[in-house]
Amino acid sequence: MNNAMLLEIEDLEVSFDGFKAIDGLNFYVERHELRVVIGPNGAGKTTLLDLICGKTRATGGRITFNNRELTRLAEHRIVQAGVGRKFQTPSVYENLTVYQNLELSSPGARSVLSSLFFRRTPELRSRIDEIARTIYLSDQLTISAGLLSHGQKQWLEIGMLLIQDPQLLMLDEPVAGMSVPEREATAALLNRIRENRAVIVIEHDMDFVKEIGRKVTVLHQGRIIAEGPVEKVAADERVIEVYLGH
Amino acid sequence: MKAMITAFGGRITFIQLAVIAALLMVLLPAITDIYRLNLFGKYLTYAFVAVGLVLCWGHGGILSLGQGIFFGLGGYCMAMFLKLEASTPEATASQTTPGIPDFMDWNRVTELPWFWEPFNSFTLTLMAIVVIPAVFAWLIGYAMFKRRVGGVYFAIITQAIAVIMTILIVGQQGYTGGINGITDLRTLLGWDIRTDSARTILYYACCVALLLCLLASRYLLESRFGRLLIAMRDQEDRVRFSGYDVANMKVFVFVVASVFAAIGGAFFTLQVGFMSPTFIGAVASIEMVVFCAVGGRLSVVGAAVGAFMVSWSKTTLSETFPQLWPVLLGALFIAVVMFFPRGLAGLVSDYAPQALSKWRRQAGRTPPSGDPAAEEPSR
Repeated sequence: MNNAMLLEIEDLEVSFDGFKAIDGLNFYVERHELRVVIGPNGAGKTTLLDLICGKTRATGGRITFNNRELTRLAEHRIVQAGVGRKFQTPSVYENLTVYQNLELSSPGARSVLSSLFFRRTPELRSRIDEIARTIYLSDQLTISAGLLSHGQKQWLEIGMLLIQDPQLLMLDEPVAGMSVPEREATAALLNRIRENRAVIVIEHDMDFVKEIGRKVTVLHQGRIIAEGPVEKVAADERVIEVYLGH
Repeated sequence: MKAMITAFGGRITFIQLAVIAALLMVLLPAITDIYRLNLFGKYLTYAFVAVGLVLCWGHGGILSLGQGIFFGLGGYCMAMFLKLEASTPEATASQTTPGIPDFMDWNRVTELPWFWEPFNSFTLTLMAIVVIPAVFAWLIGYAMFKRRVGGVYFAIITQAIAVIMTILIVGQQGYTGGINGITDLRTLLGWDIRTDSARTILYYACCVALLLCLLASRYLLESRFGRLLIAMRDQEDRVRFSGYDVANMKVFVFVVASVFAAIGGAFFTLQVGFMSPTFIGAVASIEMVVFCAVGGRLSVVGAAVGAFMVSWSKTTLSETFPQLWPVLLGALFIAVVMFFPRGLAGLVSDYAPQALSKWRRQAGRTPPSGDPAAEEPSR
């Protein structure tokens, strides 16, 4: 076993009523790596993230994170092991303030009792302020998250994951529906985030991929058809045929 | 003191609770006779259920159509104790088997069933009023929430359990008193609960217990747990994938709501003087949800007021128009859902601030500034 790898996925397989959404996948992510996963619709990109975070259960194969098997672990245990996942549509608590959204996501009081007797510490306050600066929401802390723009909600959800300080962060189409300035700000955000953790990003937008990506994995029909530096992958014939060509 | 006030939800809550306490414990006793006061006490027992529903339905998003189960468990536990106390061998000397409750004798039961034995002890009865509903709610909650059963399925299943429980109680007449319930209750530890003075004292005890439940609910809702409830209601997956075991949280809030309902049920038995399956079945359970919805399912104080007012109008209207009441109740529920989903409390919080700020402008006052971190958006 190669201990340098943070995430090792071997022979992963999942079938929905006989349809193999992921088919014998081998996928490795190093610590402090930013990996972009691309592929046409239905290639299995979101399913791959669902499998890693436990939302969908594998029908075969292994997912090892820090030498720990994830395939049988409950969802909240996977999070506690250090895996954070952002959903495709922004999932924030719209009836709570931005501050409360971040605070609820902070680790430390995750059982019934500890959440009943939870008290805010000065350290947590400054941590929330720090995260808020990172995600460009310092001025929005006291407003309810439902009032944020679409792009700000996406950032907030990223912030809610950052406060958990995960070793692996998975983002499903973080710039979908964003304006050009928001997209640039998000690229800068991702480049800062990746400094102390591994990040997996699913993305459709090839320009954005080129802006953030070094190593790219291309999925097609549940299998990897190409993997490597973004320029090399973009020039690959099969990739052009199934994905980039149209 | 300031820290305590903040922990329990700020000045507004304290003012609300003080107003409620004054209304219930000073004004109402001053203006009504003992007959009415006893009726008010009965309405207040439904407020316990409504407050529990605010926690688990309004904030947690778990709609239980079976809170009558727990109201009934609490009420029956208390009734069993009182019935045993009323069934001394002397008082039941004319029975075939003296010393057992009269309905058992009528049904040719000759020995006290084993599950009645603990209710000879008042201490065990008090424990049973809390522990039995808590364990039962935990079992239901654990079985369903761990399997991710929720929403409308949970509502239907709890409703079905309420129906099953009524059928069971009615069917096992010899052990439960059947459709008539457990009647002819007289004394609590030798103290006659049917006298005017006893009824007054029980009314006050009921008020104090309700205020404690309101205070506990406020604490719960103002804690991190309270915000988690809202988060779970709105984005359950986000909470789960933030490292929380969502099922545990849901089980806990359901147990708390059920224990509140059981305490209400016990006070119901004490003040009304009997307990029967009609107070705990499907219709009663749905009425409890209407109480909560009319008062405002996001406000504990609102729900308590709603329970009180709707049960009051029920008594008044069903005396005058017995056939019309169910229709009116249904119409009220539809109106609440369609036109004011946050109930009476929602109407108050929509219109009261305008009135208040107008008053402040006239009086030349400035609104107090709050702690930004603790501030909550309007819900």
